[in-house]
Amino acid sequence: MTTTDMSETKPPPAKFKPVHPRLVRYWHWINAFAILLMVGSGWRIYNASPIFKGFRFPNDWTIGAWLGGALQIHFAAMWLFVINGLVYLIYGVVSGHFRRAFLPLDPREFLRDFALALRGKLPHHIGSYNAVQRLFYIGVILAIVGVFVSGLAVWKPVQFQTLAALMGGYEGARIVHFLMMSAIVAFVLVHLTLVALVPKTLWPMLWGRARGEDEEGGQS
Amino acid sequence: MKIEKPETRALIREDKDIRKVERRLFLKQSLSLGALTLLTGCDVTDIGAVQSITAAMSKWNDKVQAAIFSQSRLAPEYTEADITKPFPFNAYYRRDRVPYVDGATYRLELSGLIQDTRPWTLDQLHALPQRSQITRHVCVEGWSAIGKWGGVVFGDFLRRVGADIRARYVGFKCADNYYSSIDMATALHPQTIIALTYADQTLPPEYGFPMKLRIPTKLGFKNPKHIMAMFVTNDYPGGYWEDKGYNWFSGS
Ligand code: HEM
Repeated sequence: MTTTDMSETKPPPAKFKPVHPRLVRYWHWINAFAILLMVGSGWRIYNASPIFKGFRFPNDWTIGAWLGGALQIHFAAMWLFVINGLVYLIYGVVSGHFRRAFLPLDPREFLRDFALALRGKLPHHIGSYNAVQRLFYIGVILAIVGVFVSGLAVWKPVQFQTLAALMGGYEGARIVHFLMMSAIVAFVLVHLTLVALVPKTLWPMLWGRARGEDEEGGQS
Repeated sequence: MKIEKPETRALIREDKDIRKVERRLFLKQSLSLGALTLLTGCDVTDIGAVQSITAAMSKWNDKVQAAIFSQSRLAPEYTEADITKPFPFNAYYRRDRVPYVDGATYRLELSGLIQDTRPWTLDQLHALPQRSQITRHVCVEGWSAIGKWGGVVFGDFLRRVGADIRARYVGFKCADNYYSSIDMATALHPQTIIALTYADQTLPPEYGFPMKLRIPTKLGFKNPKHIMAMFVTNDYPGGYWEDKGYNWFSGS
């Protein structure tokens, strides 16, 4: 059947276009789970030998129960985190999702939206990110790449010694890894606050469409 | 009333301590799984599933690390000025429990897939060509320290005694009941040495007298101290911490 045939018969039902592509949604929730495991077990590993003397995470906030258990979870969940992340990165670049969703990055627009956000007056349109969101998302994606690269150097400071040397060797890579984790956690705190303030954004991230949008649009 | 000889009592007490530690570890492990249950809402059977997933992933990570490992990639070496002073003492017991080994009567036992299994005295080991290195010791806990070790290149020693270097593992038994094992590729790495000295002095008891295996391409707990016996085998020998859940390969 050709396209012309199609247009001559009854028009097909308008193809449902999700607010967030399916792959982005899957990535997002798998990533949230993987980050929970990575951060929770990472804090336990950190506690075994704190970088900042005297600062430890409460053990109740950690996952793994002891150093060995936390390491097992960290080194298992890292595969989920990294493979999932790579799929998202490749998809984001190749499909144009990153360009469409996160660009342009205009500092003036950012300042304007940021000022609006602080006054609680930033309007949120489902389906498009404001300048503050765009910058934050790009930022956290860079932090995710950073936590991965520094993690490789901490994991294998001899085999990946050139990489480790870029961060000042093993001890430097440990600090970079900690800072990248901190950036991700800070993002998540802001991210969750914003979702709590604008809860209508949650539905499309879960199911692809805004809440209440009728099912007529067909399946994605 | 039966009177026990003091040594037996000490032994029994030690045994109890170990059991206590093991009980504690078991308790901790069940607690961790409890935490996961809360998080994921899994039931008891799934908890076993969580454990078998992490155990399988640990085996997978052994394979990945063996693939990443290169026999020709050397660990960075440092200068005397970089040495960490004092170099930290670390073991699964306190410093006052460091085992006493008599150097005069010491004999290194060899067994398994080795042609010449005659035991070695310390003097014989010192008579072999010696090499030293200043490298970074990275602990599984996260800290690291730079030290200087000297001794015999392990690969040369293995070849000298006719070890089957196509075998998979070299295992170690230590005077403090510690045990561990490594892959043959790492055993033959040029920086893997039988360390007989620390900072150009006879290896002190707290760093592993009479000998420790110094492997700068592995985490600290894979560098056994107070080695009394070693063997070459194709049957996975495990290790003290490895059997409790630390990753076996633990390369760095
Ligand atoms: C349970 C925790 C989380 C919730 C409830 C949540 C919720 C959301 C929602 C509702 C959106 C869409 C925002 C909009 O349409 O304006 C979103 C997007 C996003 N979230 Fe999360 N999130 C969570 C965890 C995380 C974590 C841990 C990360 C990364 C560290 C993350 C990174 C992102 C990114 C990068 C986007 C944009 C995705 C894209 O369009 O490609 N989120 N999140």
